[in-house]
Amino acid sequence: MNIRGNLLDVSGLRVSFYTYRGVIKALNGVDLWMDSKQRLGVVGETGCGKSVTALAIMRLIEEPGEIQAGRVIFDGTPLLARSPGKPGTRFQSQPLEIEGKRWKERTEEQMEKVRGKELSMIFQEPRSALNPVMRVGFQMAESISKARKISIRDADPHVREMLKTVGLDANRVIQMYPHELSGGMAQRVMIGMGLSTNPKLLIADEPTSALDVTIQAQILELLDHLAREGGNAVLMITHDMGIVAEFCDYVMVMYAGNSTEYAATKDLFNDPLHPYTQGLLKAVPRVGRIEELQAIPGTVPDLVEPPTGCRFHPRCPKATNLCSTDQPLFHEVKPGHYVSCHLYLNPKEDE
Amino acid sequence: MNQENLIEIKNLKIYFPVRASILSKTHFVRAVDDVSMDVPKKSTFALVGESGSGKTTLARGILRLIQPNAGQVAYQGTNILDLRSREFLPFRRKMQIVFQDPFNSLHPRKLIKTIIGEGMHIHLRSSEREIREKIATVLTQVGLREEHMYRYPHEFSGGQRQRIAFARAIVLNPELVVLDEPTSALDVSVQAMVLKMLRDIREKTGLTYLFITHNLSIVDYIADEVAVMYLGQIVETGKKAAVFSHPAHPYTRILMSSNPIPDPNQNREKQIPKGEIPSSITPPSGCRFHTRCPYIQDKCKKEEPPLIEILQGQKAKCHFPL
Amino acid sequence: MKSFEKTQTLKPYLDDLKHTLYLWRKSHLTMVGSVIIGLFLLVAIFAPLIAPYSPIEQDLSKRLIGPGSQHFFGTDHLGRDIFSRVIHGSRTALWIIFLVSVISTAIGTIVGVVSGFFGGVIDEILMRITDMFLAFPSLVLAMFIAAMLGPNLTNAIIAISLVGWTVYARLVRAEAIKIKSMPYIEAIRSVGASRLRIIVLHVLPMCVSPILVQMTLRMGTIILTAASLGFLGLGAQPPAPEWGVLVSDGRGYLMNQWWISTFPGIAIAFVVLGFNLLGDGVRDMLDPRLRR
Repeated sequence: MNIRGNLLDVSGLRVSFYTYRGVIKALNGVDLWMDSKQRLGVVGETGCGKSVTALAIMRLIEEPGEIQAGRVIFDGTPLLARSPGKPGTRFQSQPLEIEGKRWKERTEEQMEKVRGKELSMIFQEPRSALNPVMRVGFQMAESISKARKISIRDADPHVREMLKTVGLDANRVIQMYPHELSGGMAQRVMIGMGLSTNPKLLIADEPTSALDVTIQAQILELLDHLAREGGNAVLMITHDMGIVAEFCDYVMVMYAGNSTEYAATKDLFNDPLHPYTQGLLKAVPRVGRIEELQAIPGTVPDLVEPPTGCRFHPRCPKATNLCSTDQPLFHEVKPGHYVSCHLYLNPKEDE
Repeated sequence: MNQENLIEIKNLKIYFPVRASILSKTHFVRAVDDVSMDVPKKSTFALVGESGSGKTTLARGILRLIQPNAGQVAYQGTNILDLRSREFLPFRRKMQIVFQDPFNSLHPRKLIKTIIGEGMHIHLRSSEREIREKIATVLTQVGLREEHMYRYPHEFSGGQRQRIAFARAIVLNPELVVLDEPTSALDVSVQAMVLKMLRDIREKTGLTYLFITHNLSIVDYIADEVAVMYLGQIVETGKKAAVFSHPAHPYTRILMSSNPIPDPNQNREKQIPKGEIPSSITPPSGCRFHTRCPYIQDKCKKEEPPLIEILQGQKAKCHFPL
Repeated sequence: MKSFEKTQTLKPYLDDLKHTLYLWRKSHLTMVGSVIIGLFLLVAIFAPLIAPYSPIEQDLSKRLIGPGSQHFFGTDHLGRDIFSRVIHGSRTALWIIFLVSVISTAIGTIVGVVSGFFGGVIDEILMRITDMFLAFPSLVLAMFIAAMLGPNLTNAIIAISLVGWTVYARLVRAEAIKIKSMPYIEAIRSVGASRLRIIVLHVLPMCVSPILVQMTLRMGTIILTAASLGFLGLGAQPPAPEWGVLVSDGRGYLMNQWWISTFPGIAIAFVVLGFNLLGDGVRDMLDPRLRR
């Protein structure tokens, strides 16, 4: 029972979606961990499962999706502890032993106490998280009043304080409706609300993908500043390697529902081990780059019928026979540097 | 008219009327406000900007998909804005466009063959066999196969659809292809493939590209010339190498600074922009960038700066270029 | 290659059809509706073979006989067999439905696509004209037009068509507005397609589905309107066996010879019910959100 992160430890996460097309095996045993106050970037392309992972950690997966297995420990309490159930049952909730005590996974009511308070999330489209027919100020006050158990009127000074912290004119913004906010302003409001309870962990799911690049820079800087001051850990989900390089301390690369590589940011960029990471870095254009771009041949696989063995093997330039039959384990190859690739499991056998 | 240029744009204006209600006054979104620029032949010309910059509207104005309100677009000497529809038709053939959205730019109920071949039906009197052969050629050029012409768009991935869209654009042997953020909706690895294909084909065929994007990393990879737009105006223009090594306009600097670099070893000085992008209906007085400019001086609020030549070929619209 | 290409061209429509049929089998009410309409079609097509007597031949010696083994639905005041009349009436009904559907769909589609695609002043004018037609209760308007043109079946058909096209206009206009700003339309424009080409080859094919749904939903209404006009003497004229006329024939005999009006009335109700059930089912099936 190897627990790797003291704030968040995710291990063996499996999530499937039951659709008319078939069963989408979205997450195939994802491992992820963070220490407090850390910045982890989760990077991947379409279909890799990064957003699903975040939702699974928050236990927000709904029909037709189902978390089938995995263990999520957040700040010492298990948010999730399941193993695949017997045929006919969905899954089996199993007790965990942490710090000498036996715990079961949190119930839905217990989860509600954690979500939005210790564990918070902001999304890509900020305006879709706001009710379009209510003024922004009222919504923020409502959220704060629920979190701190105070009346809406008493929440008003907190709302103003929060708007000031995120750099907005409180008098103006409180009166506005969500559609009147620009993308940048709306995201600031979301960050304010997300950090208002001073969560131990803030999950940010592509928070700047819908924003212009200069506004993106402002928002990232705001987030950086506030998280540093508040001591909040940030799990940043993104597809942009530039954001990862500039914002995150550690990086997790995901591909088709698996964790493929984890390392400190500098280690990942300077010494990428997994062929997918290597391919990604060779495909990213960069100002001042001299080497020619190289594409990764093939396309992201269909998760209803994923490739056998290692899901990346059809596109991997270094694939061997083993890769098509066995799924490689995610394990530590160099200090603090984890990979799931047969090239590094048994160096003698990959010739 | 400089023989080196394919297109010369002079004082182009495209305004959109907006009204809060039937009874209120009509305001105008000044999407393209007095833009002049030259697109040299056989080059990749990048048009860079954020929301509200007018880059998309400008490209559509050049193609007459939107009718400009004032100004001239000279295609090898002929002002195409004045032409009547029939006279303009042969020019249509020479200027094609690829859109950003791979999922909606191909008609969902038509075969790839019909989608690509439609232009040929309109402009040429080719036989069925000629059309099929040409489509096969063009599909191979973009890295797909001949049998793909009998399939439907939904059977292809985003990257493949963009390649099909490009095939449609080049099937008529145009001289100019406008690419409106062609890779923004694609994954990184697919983007690389499409960018390489674009570059290879351009080098082989001598096409001219007008490449619209907000991503400076892509500009660095593919462009020869750059024009930076802000709120409907061109604020800097020049050869890519020059603009990237010494950007003269404060906005260009801020844009480059905001662009995240995928290299954790770099520790550059970041200039974080202040403020929001202003509205194009009531743009700021004087220099439009003054509300966000770190180097603002009095003159900037009152007088609109001219586009002045800084160095050979590099121009910036600033009173105090850097 | 040519025949393969032809089948490939139809593929999305065939795929749609297959999926539609699958959904159709799953809904019981729709099946009931389909059976009713199927029956209706069969009767209409094979009317001369099914009807035991001529629908217009009179036999005054057999007046006002009640339902029995010789005359399933009885006879009317002129000795005509009501069963045969109802059977032949189904042909008239089918004919009316077909013509009205075609004409009103054609008018409505043209108005709608021109309005939606061109927008601006044209849109305003056409929509105001549509509003004018919509302002009147449809039956009243149909009566008015039929009365003006002169009471006969052809004019009734014209009248009902002129009242029913507005639905299609609104529908097609909405689709046209939605489609015209799609990137694939802009792409075709940039290739140099004329607007006519775009409308006919690109916009209209996308409207087929919603039009079909509406057509099915409105067929019940068409029959009711036609029957109402017939009843009032503004549509088909006696001795034509149109169902509304048949109901009207029995008006003076309702107390004692109830069968003269009742059986045609039941026929009307039955077929309208069938169309409504089928139409609801079709709508559910083709609604993109419910399709999965």
